[in-house]
Order: sequence, then structure tokens, then C-alpha cells
Amino acid sequence: MGDRRIRSHPILEFKRGREITIFFEGEPLRAFEGESLAAAIYAAGIDVFRLSPTLKRPRAVFCMVGKCGSCMVRVNGIPTRSCITPAEDGMRVERINDLPEASKYEKRLVSEEITTDVLIVGGGPAGMASAEVLCNTDLNVVLVDDQIRLGGQLIKQTHIFFGSKELFAGRRGFEIAEEYSSKLSKCSNMRIISGATVVGVFKEGVLAVSDEAKYLIRPKYVVIATGAYENHLVFENNDLPGVMGAGGAQTLMNVWGVKPGNEVLVVGSGNVGLIISYQLLQAGAEVKAVVEALPRIGGWFVHAAKIRRYGVPILTSHTILGVNGTRRVEEAVIARVDENWNVVGGTERFVKVDTVLLAVGLTPNTELVRQFGAATRYIPDLGGLVPLKTPYMETSVENVFVAGDLAAIEEATTAFIEGWIAGYSILIKARGEREEYLTKRENLLRMLYEYRSAPVSEKIRRSWQLSLLPCGGVNA
Amino acid sequence: MTHFKESGVVDLDTLARMGYVPSEERLRRGPVAIYECVEEIPCNVCVFSCPFNAVTKNKITDLPKIDFSKCTGCGVCVGRCPGLAIFVVDVSREGDVGYVTLPHELLPAPSKGSEVLLLDREGREVGRGTVTKVYRDKITRSWVVTLSVPKDLVMVVRAIRVIK
Repeated sequence: MGDRRIRSHPILEFKRGREITIFFEGEPLRAFEGESLAAAIYAAGIDVFRLSPTLKRPRAVFCMVGKCGSCMVRVNGIPTRSCITPAEDGMRVERINDLPEASKYEKRLVSEEITTDVLIVGGGPAGMASAEVLCNTDLNVVLVDDQIRLGGQLIKQTHIFFGSKELFAGRRGFEIAEEYSSKLSKCSNMRIISGATVVGVFKEGVLAVSDEAKYLIRPKYVVIATGAYENHLVFENNDLPGVMGAGGAQTLMNVWGVKPGNEVLVVGSGNVGLIISYQLLQAGAEVKAVVEALPRIGGWFVHAAKIRRYGVPILTSHTILGVNGTRRVEEAVIARVDENWNVVGGTERFVKVDTVLLAVGLTPNTELVRQFGAATRYIPDLGGLVPLKTPYMETSVENVFVAGDLAAIEEATTAFIEGWIAGYSILIKARGEREEYLTKRENLLRMLYEYRSAPVSEKIRRSWQLSLLPCGGVNA
Repeated sequence: MTHFKESGVVDLDTLARMGYVPSEERLRRGPVAIYECVEEIPCNVCVFSCPFNAVTKNKITDLPKIDFSKCTGCGVCVGRCPGLAIFVVDVSREGDVGYVTLPHELLPAPSKGSEVLLLDREGREVGRGTVTKVYRDKITRSWVVTLSVPKDLVMVVRAIRVIK
């Protein structure tokens, strides 16, 4: 079994912790302290993390952000999502080949009750932006994030951002995440709880749980910035290890420095699909092709041109029919589709790959906002079921705000703006309609409008109104 | 010609129509930037990066407008463009040798004197060239590489592979 770690990278330097040993099914593996346990296991060349409970089909990493459960293993006897668990020396890791047991969780929990002015759920761009606005004000803020590192999906964005100067244009996402993370850690009124998942809203408060503790949080204002999860796609053997979310592969590769595969097929030519393809080239992998069911490339031309000039074909009007392999993907089957999305007979071909990355869109994480009781609507152009909100990002539940991909699938830049808007809205509600806050919020609304005026944002522009509550008309 | 949103490849006619191809006379005068930013993207990095104010946009989503009389071909925008969509070409010297400056973010690292394979917009090998100048942009850390290439390939070469 080879080492899948990336040794040298044109842009990134991987800062790894001290070298440690973990045990997978009794076998010692080299790991680095603090890195994602799943990344450490995958880096050691292990393809099968567990078996499915009923059909005993092999499972491995898919999302790498704690959403899918595909990488769940037993760590020192306790079922654990390995992707969002930091590796520690001597950890004993076993496959889970049946249903995981629940009982052992409770024994580890200590509880703490927290009363706060503001609770922010999610430490991605939207949540961090709200936190930035509220930093060093006289409001107490608790930010809960379920990942090892703060920054949401920014921490894996190695490409240079578009936009204008005030919106981080010309910078790389992971640098913005590092900057914010350090800035927020210095805010005197802020408590950041990392590695904890907000599991629900109860009569007693909002419950957040980490491996070590449970927190019962009673906030006056809430910003929900829970982001989105990656869509899967239906095709034969789509659960085979080696089939991964493009975002999952980005985390593995750009955050933890582990190459997802050597020969890759990317499904979907939106910006995520195009960008991951370029990043795979940077990590030294070969991208056999990008397949796109539509007759046109979905993402920005410049992202497509970047991979075309290194010879990566973008096969429009093509789809994936299935993958074959025993313990992991060994080949993919692709074919042409006609304008009605029907497979054109006789165009099937086999592509030798070890990895298939799915970049077929995202779905907003609305579970928590719905538990708060916020009204939602199904708006396909915005990513599916989304919360309704005022232009100031307040939901139908008074004092509960949303921002970022959860409100509509867009991008980091708009998530930041929405997060700032939500932050100012809370300041305005808590401290009155001060001129300074109102002006800043109006400017942000104008910025958002301008940003969405690009032709590529047409769908968002068209459907945004459908998600709006009348201004000030909360408590629907 | 196939539309660039179908192929991922832009042709010279499209670039010319968008005002991105300088006149013969301007090309003869010295290095000049070639923008291949053909889609309305909400981005103005080139505008605020240009030390000579040669690039303008009215709205952030407009296509950039390049004033070729102000552009000196300095190449600052090459290392800054998030789309890696800006190149500098120089055909001003006598003889058959021209120069292309392009952004590069793949290993092996290029260095002065490196021999490279020249790739066109579709990744096809079109020849060999030599790195005459290279630096890392201080903000993006992308390499900005200047190559000597056959003069007739300056509008063709858009990527390189460094030969080890």
C-alpha cells in the first residue's frame, strides 16, 4: 500500500503535526497529530473504511465534512465520523460492518449551559462574516462549528477569487479563512466552539454536542449558516469506494495534502467540477475527462480554459452510466446523451480510472432552520428547499437569521455579504437604528445586487424574489 | 467555429471581436497584454492591478476594456488574474523569435533557462521553447513565466509543461 500524501505542491505548503502511529484493524499506520483521521487512513492506501450494514458493500470517504457518514469507523470502541476527528497517537480504529451502537456516546458527555446574546451556527464564510460584524461589540457571541478547522469550505479553496477588492478579489480562499480564523480568535466578546454539532432546538435551548461535551445554549439572536451538502448521482455501483464528492476530494487534497486518486473522471462541468479538475492537475493527478450532460459547459469559461490548455477533454452531452471495480473504482462507463437526456445507444465507452468525482450541485442544509420553525419553500434555482427571509436575512421566526449557501446555493463572496447583512441586522435590532449600521447595511445590499447582476447569476436573480418575506413582516 | 462555452477554447476571431487583439502597428511597437476574458464575470482584479490604468470597466460585470496605448506589457496583471486569462505577447524584435508571458501553477517549477513543451489552448504540443524570465507574484504566488517561442506561435501558445 502506497503513501497517498502529496509531497510537493505548486501553491500549498502542508503544515503537518508531529508524526504519530494509529492502528487500523490492528495494523500500525503513520499519521500526523491533528490531521483528519479519515485523511490519515486514506493516505495509508486503505480503500475500504467499513461495510454497509445489510448488503456488506464497501464504504469509504465521500464528503470529508461529516455529512454523509460513509467514513464512520470505531475509534477506541466508539463509532466516530473519522473525517472530522483529529488523529491522536495510539488511536485504535476498526471497521464497522454492521449498525453502529449508540450507548457509549453518553458516558463521555459533560454538560454546560450557556446564555448568550447571539448564537452563530456554522463557521464558514457566512458565519464568520456575521461574527466579524459582531466582534468586540457589547453583545456576547457564541460561534459553534462542527469541523476541525474554522473556515467552512474556504479552507480547501486554493484558486484565486474573482470579485472586487473589498470582496477578497485576487486572494486564495484558504488564506482568507486563515486570516478570519485568527481575527475572530482575538474578539473579546466571542466564544468559538469547534468540533461540535448543533443537533437540535429544544424547550431548554439549542443543543450542541462534541466528543467531550454537550452545550445547552440559550441565545436571543441566532444566525444559521449551516451551508450545504453535496448532491449524489444515480448510476450503477455509485457507492463504490473511489466515488467521491468533488468537495470531499478537495478537502482530502487541499486541506490534508492527500491525493484522492491518480486517474480521475470528473462528473459535472460547473465551477466546482472545473476547479477540482485544475486542482487535481496541481496535485499531480491525471484528469481523464470532465463529463457534462448539458450541451454547454456549466461553469465559467476561464475555469474551463485552464484545464483545456493542459489537454483535459470536457465531454459535453455525456453522462456516466456506472463504475466497475471490486474494492474501489477500476473503470467508469460513459456515454453520449441526446437533447432529451437519453443515452445514445452504441456510444458507451470504458474509461480506466481509479476515482470518480461528483460535482453535480449542492443542497442547502435546512434541517436546523426548519427545526426553529422557519417557513421554507422549494425553489430549484436556489438549490431546493430554502428558508424564506427578509432582504435583511431574517427568517419567518423573529430573531432567527440565515446567511450563505443554506439560503441559496451561491458562492463564498455572496455568503460573506449575507453574513455581514445578518450581523448588522442583529446590531440594529439589539442596539437601535443607528445611522452607521443602517448605512453599512444598505451598502451591502447594493453590493449584493451588483454582484448578482452578472449573466451567470441569472437563475439566482430570477428566483430570489420567490424566497423573500415582506420587509419587517416576520412572525408569519 | 464551436462556441467557447461548448469547447472551452476561444478562437482569435472572437478575441478580435471583443477588442482584445491589438493592431499590427501596436504589436510591432513592443510587448502588450492579450486578455482572453470573454465572459461577463463580476471581477475587477485587472482594473485595480494595472499600474498604468490601462484597463477599465464601468460595471464590475463588464468585459475589461484595454487601452493598448497605455498598456506597456509589464505583465503585472498576468500573475493576478483569477481566471489565468491574461497573457503578454512580444513580437517587436527582429528575427523569428517572439515572446509569450503566461501564468503557471504546476510542478515542476520553471526556472530561467528551463526547456519547456509549448501547449496551445487545447493542450496540444506545438513546439519547444525556453524560459527567459520567471518570478512568483507576491500576492497570488503564481509563477509568471516569459518564454521565447517561434514568432508565429505567440497567439497560439497558452500553457507549458516544464521538461525535467
